[in-house]
Amino acid sequence: MEPMILDMLLKAGLGLIILGMVLNIAGLLTWVERKQSALMQDRIGANRAAIFGFTALGLLHGIADAVKMFTKEDCMPKGAHRFIFNLAPAISVAFAMAAFAAIPFGNTLTLFSRTINLQVAELDAALLFVLAAMSIAVYGVILAGFSSNSNYAVLGGMRAASQMLSYEMSMGLSILGLVLLNDTMNLQEMVRAQGGTWLGFIPRWGVFTQPLAFLVFTTAVLAETKRAPFDLPEGESEIIGYFVEYSGMKFGMFLLTDFIETVLAACLVSVFFFGGWQIPGLHATGFHFPWGTTIPLPPLAVSLLGVAAMMTKVVFFNWLFMALRWTLPRFRYDQLMHLGWKILLPASIANVLVTAAWVAWRG
Amino acid sequence: MAANVKVLKRRELTWWENTFLPSIYAGLVITSRHFFGNLAIHISHVFGLRKKERGSTTYQYPEEKRPLAHRYRTRHRLMKRDSGETRCVACMLCETICPAHCIAIVAKEHPDPDIEKMPASFDIDLGKCVYCGFCVEVCPEDAIRMDTGRLDIAAYSRGGMILNFDHLMNPELPVLDPAKPVAR
Repeated sequence: MEPMILDMLLKAGLGLIILGMVLNIAGLLTWVERKQSALMQDRIGANRAAIFGFTALGLLHGIADAVKMFTKEDCMPKGAHRFIFNLAPAISVAFAMAAFAAIPFGNTLTLFSRTINLQVAELDAALLFVLAAMSIAVYGVILAGFSSNSNYAVLGGMRAASQMLSYEMSMGLSILGLVLLNDTMNLQEMVRAQGGTWLGFIPRWGVFTQPLAFLVFTTAVLAETKRAPFDLPEGESEIIGYFVEYSGMKFGMFLLTDFIETVLAACLVSVFFFGGWQIPGLHATGFHFPWGTTIPLPPLAVSLLGVAAMMTKVVFFNWLFMALRWTLPRFRYDQLMHLGWKILLPASIANVLVTAAWVAWRG
Repeated sequence: MAANVKVLKRRELTWWENTFLPSIYAGLVITSRHFFGNLAIHISHVFGLRKKERGSTTYQYPEEKRPLAHRYRTRHRLMKRDSGETRCVACMLCETICPAHCIAIVAKEHPDPDIEKMPASFDIDLGKCVYCGFCVEVCPEDAIRMDTGRLDIAAYSRGGMILNFDHLMNPELPVLDPAKPVAR
């Protein structure tokens, strides 16, 4: 009985660590967004918030934002459905964070002769769980639009719902090819299947086996995060989004959801297509280079290097998504639907068919 | 009569261009070049290198002032003679030409019989001034100039925007009335 309780405690601790990490990255992304866009556009960026004269490169603006949001008046429009109105932002945030339970942040870690799988929920259907959690996040958006008792919010909610549903189709279908190839829906197994190399130097990453799926998935998951160039549901400054009627921290929760989903998108892209915690040439016993050199490493170091590799990939993709967000202009609504239904969906279906044929031919 | 119509044919995008991927890549290259270039300059500044290059085109205004062009028109001042008194002879030309009617001069007799008049008071309402520079152009005595380089003009009341003779003779004086805003 006792080891089971210990296992549960370990998993709970791991969950807390990952939750804290995700929330911290999401909070830092507000700073990254300001500073990265500033550097791209030859500006300096927010640098005025200070505690005793220390600005810490503008990092304190995130804290100032949080203080501002918590102390703002919490308005609710007359005639709004109180319960659903309060529930909607919570749904958005909670399910975006729940999806992280199935993400493997490293291989197994052996500590004090106890093996810990660095994945909070060891689900065999982890892929379905992640997709389901991302789909439920759509509910937060729709409910926010419909419960506000405002026509603008309803329009914004409808726009958001149709966009996210359209792109969810291509997202699910693009992943199907990987499921067929790796014969598993467990994300940890999927990452393990991406170990090893071809010809000694090309890693067996998903991006090389399924390049089309990578493009489709990345596009769809960017649309799913509701950020530019797919920010039609929000349109912070011009077109009115589903959260017009929200204020204070409830609005902040929708904002936070965006950043959490950006982190989630970065995690998913690294897990599906860039080998998660895999480092090319790193095996369970240490580095094996194609020219024959080996560097033996203890298992603990290998596990920690894997976690570091995963973090590096996540940070890189967060950077890339931010760069895309500040580079590309917003789609027009018909272009958005055209891209989703007439380009991405047929492309992902074709990808699935070709992959299925290849798997069947290989036997 | 048939109009001379020139039909412009738009080039059709190729299949590869229609995927947007080349354009997205080109855009990312441009923004990333700015990003990493500016990042390198900012990091060099921390170590005291490349001081002459700027990592941004913005000026952090209160600490860092934008360099002004030589002929930029800023807050007015009255010029002085060698003796230290004003060169203004209260000829009223500036008050007359001012399109915003922001100059108000009251003349009095000058003690020196060679000089006809001098201003008893000389007020410029900066709340009305349009900074056209006509007063500078029209002055026969070169008594008024707009070259103080001062742009920090703000006051809590309309009355506070009025420069009097002392302000005009001493352009280094802080602007205007330090009175606190009136609570409404």
